[in-house]
Amino acid sequence: MNFAPRFWGLRMKLLDRDGVRADTFSRATPGDRDLHDRPIVPLESLETQLSSREKRHVGVEVSNVASVEELAPHFDDLALIAIVFPAYSDGRGFTLARRLRNAGFRGVLRAVGPLIADQFAHALACGFDEIEAPDAIAERQPYEQWRRAGASISLPYQQGYSRANSIFEQRRLARRGECNA
Amino acid sequence: MYKYDRFDAHFVRERVAQFRDQVERRLEGSLTEDEFKPLRLQNGLYLQLHAYMLRIAVPYGVLSAVQLRQLALIADRYDRGYGHFTTRQNLQFNWPKLVDVPEILDLLADVDMHCIQTSGNCIRNVTADQFAGVAGDEIEDPRPVAELIRQWSSHHPEFSFLPRKFKVAVSGAAHDRALLKAHDLAIRIVRNEAGEAGYEVLVGGGLGRTPMIGKVVRDFLPKGELLPYLEAVMRVYNAEGRRDNKYKARIKILVHEIGVEAFQARVEAELRAIEPISPVDETAELARIAEAFDTIDYARLAPRSERFEAARARDARFAAWAQTSIFTHRVDGYAAVTVSLKPVGGVPGDMTSEQMRLFADLAERFSLGEIRVTHAQNLVLPHVRLDDLHALWLELADAELATDNVGLITDIIACPGLDYCALATARSIPIAQAISMRFGDAVRQAEIGPLQIKISGCINACGHHHVGHIGILGLEKRGQESYQITLGGDATENAAIGELLGPGVTAQEVPDAIERIVDHYLARRLADEPFIDAVRRLGVDEFRAAFLGTQDEAA
Repeated sequence: MNFAPRFWGLRMKLLDRDGVRADTFSRATPGDRDLHDRPIVPLESLETQLSSREKRHVGVEVSNVASVEELAPHFDDLALIAIVFPAYSDGRGFTLARRLRNAGFRGVLRAVGPLIADQFAHALACGFDEIEAPDAIAERQPYEQWRRAGASISLPYQQGYSRANSIFEQRRLARRGECNA
Repeated sequence: MYKYDRFDAHFVRERVAQFRDQVERRLEGSLTEDEFKPLRLQNGLYLQLHAYMLRIAVPYGVLSAVQLRQLALIADRYDRGYGHFTTRQNLQFNWPKLVDVPEILDLLADVDMHCIQTSGNCIRNVTADQFAGVAGDEIEDPRPVAELIRQWSSHHPEFSFLPRKFKVAVSGAAHDRALLKAHDLAIRIVRNEAGEAGYEVLVGGGLGRTPMIGKVVRDFLPKGELLPYLEAVMRVYNAEGRRDNKYKARIKILVHEIGVEAFQARVEAELRAIEPISPVDETAELARIAEAFDTIDYARLAPRSERFEAARARDARFAAWAQTSIFTHRVDGYAAVTVSLKPVGGVPGDMTSEQMRLFADLAERFSLGEIRVTHAQNLVLPHVRLDDLHALWLELADAELATDNVGLITDIIACPGLDYCALATARSIPIAQAISMRFGDAVRQAEIGPLQIKISGCINACGHHHVGHIGILGLEKRGQESYQITLGGDATENAAIGELLGPGVTAQEVPDAIERIVDHYLARRLADEPFIDAVRRLGVDEFRAAFLGTQDEAA
């Protein structure tokens, strides 16, 4: 089952590179009659939702064992993919995010679950745009801590992960500079 | 030796600041203990039985005299005046205080050191052949590759919350001195038919509860393609490694369950998916790193040293020490010297701060300032002139560091066991000490010849008991320590897992049990036949009978 509603109903906070912000999406379950402007639906009801709504406003929530193959056909129609982290020590969501980005998904990637401030950098580097964490964590770890932890390594080694430059790339540029000089 | 460039130095300083912030947030309550635990572990900080333990990375076992001196300073200022070298070539301090750890990390950063990923469910500190760059049987020095992997794996955004720990080893030699086949991933530098150097990649080895020998997943990976390949392996493992049971979470179980061919297919598919991502210019990086290792200015010396030969002829103790301690250097007139940290009756791998300082001085005087740590918990002075060996030996003897037992029965690997470790089910160190006392006589040890005893105080096998010629595993049975003895393990390129000889014995019975096995070997061996060869020729059953006979007599 690719649908993990375990955090539905929990009070959650949404944060991204700029701070804590209001969630413009809302969860919609299959029998839901309320009209959601920008719904996040389980993978099972994605096809129905996409056919009955204006595309580009629909998000889907998947577990961290979802496959790229089942999501890829919908990439162009999806505004958001939310990946559930059942526990902060479970790093599968990072790999799924990375695989989705490698496969060409350009929409919003959201990590949902009990991530902590110290994983902000990991999440952003792997391609997530935002984190939806339980209030309990977000209150214990105010946004300032997320910001600080997220910026704690200003220049990482890994090339091709974050938008930031990498040490390997800096060295490559330095080498090229020397050659040109 | 590799020296940090400004990027490495900056990275390590930022990592220290990051950890200091994490400790502060733990102390003021922003981080719960559960949240803090993986963070401290990824910085080498364990909570042990009596205190915190800090594990310091010695990447691929290479240490400078300056670094060892700094470790001595830390041992005195923040610990109890000693450190413990581990089976993964690292150094542990057993008594640091949590609040002091950021300062210790700063002192380490001062000498290009850190504790990054010496623990936790991440890519661990990379190990290598302790004779890297020295051995004559080497295709290429593995240290640049090991350093590249160290950097690439440091604070990796995707692979820091793996199902379980992930250990990598590298060797460039024909003979395996790095226990390659017992690692989650191992890289062996090999040549293809065209004579080009590249990498053979093994995956899925490991000891612990379910010992397995690593399997080749790529017999030749061209240079320049290593990091994408590692990324693909790690991605498959991170996505598919089991997370339902920590004892089945290592990559060896995944490879075993889906089969090596299926694993290979997944890795190759993953590789195809990441091809478009611009890779690191590995060739240039490796060349840059290799430069740092190529700076040694060896003297031009004759292959034979008259001074060494004369000393050996006139001094039998020196000759005995030289016999076990010297490894042939690829450069004429030099030797690599293994210095035993296994004094008879001592604690395997322990070193006092005083010994560290003295050893650092000796490294500067006799070994171009360089030191290596072996996975057998000994140290190596890698570049000693043959002419200087006798003078070095005299100085080592003064410091009680000239035990002539390298590779012999009292050169025992032992984990910290129940004396320190929170996971241990039995003591290891006192068992090692008892065996060491029993076989301590130098003449007797020399007579027995090469024999590796490895002791673990629990099923996690930090003491590598599975690959000991004689392995000892300490368990707890009904409130009593019980030691299982295995025979026929091998930690070399012929890697083998030892076979259990019979029911466990008590701590007091261990030396007798070992002695019975050794006596059987001495009675049955052919001339000059080493222990492990005799075990292979005669078969484990014969030794089992000898071992069980001991038990019958005791009953």
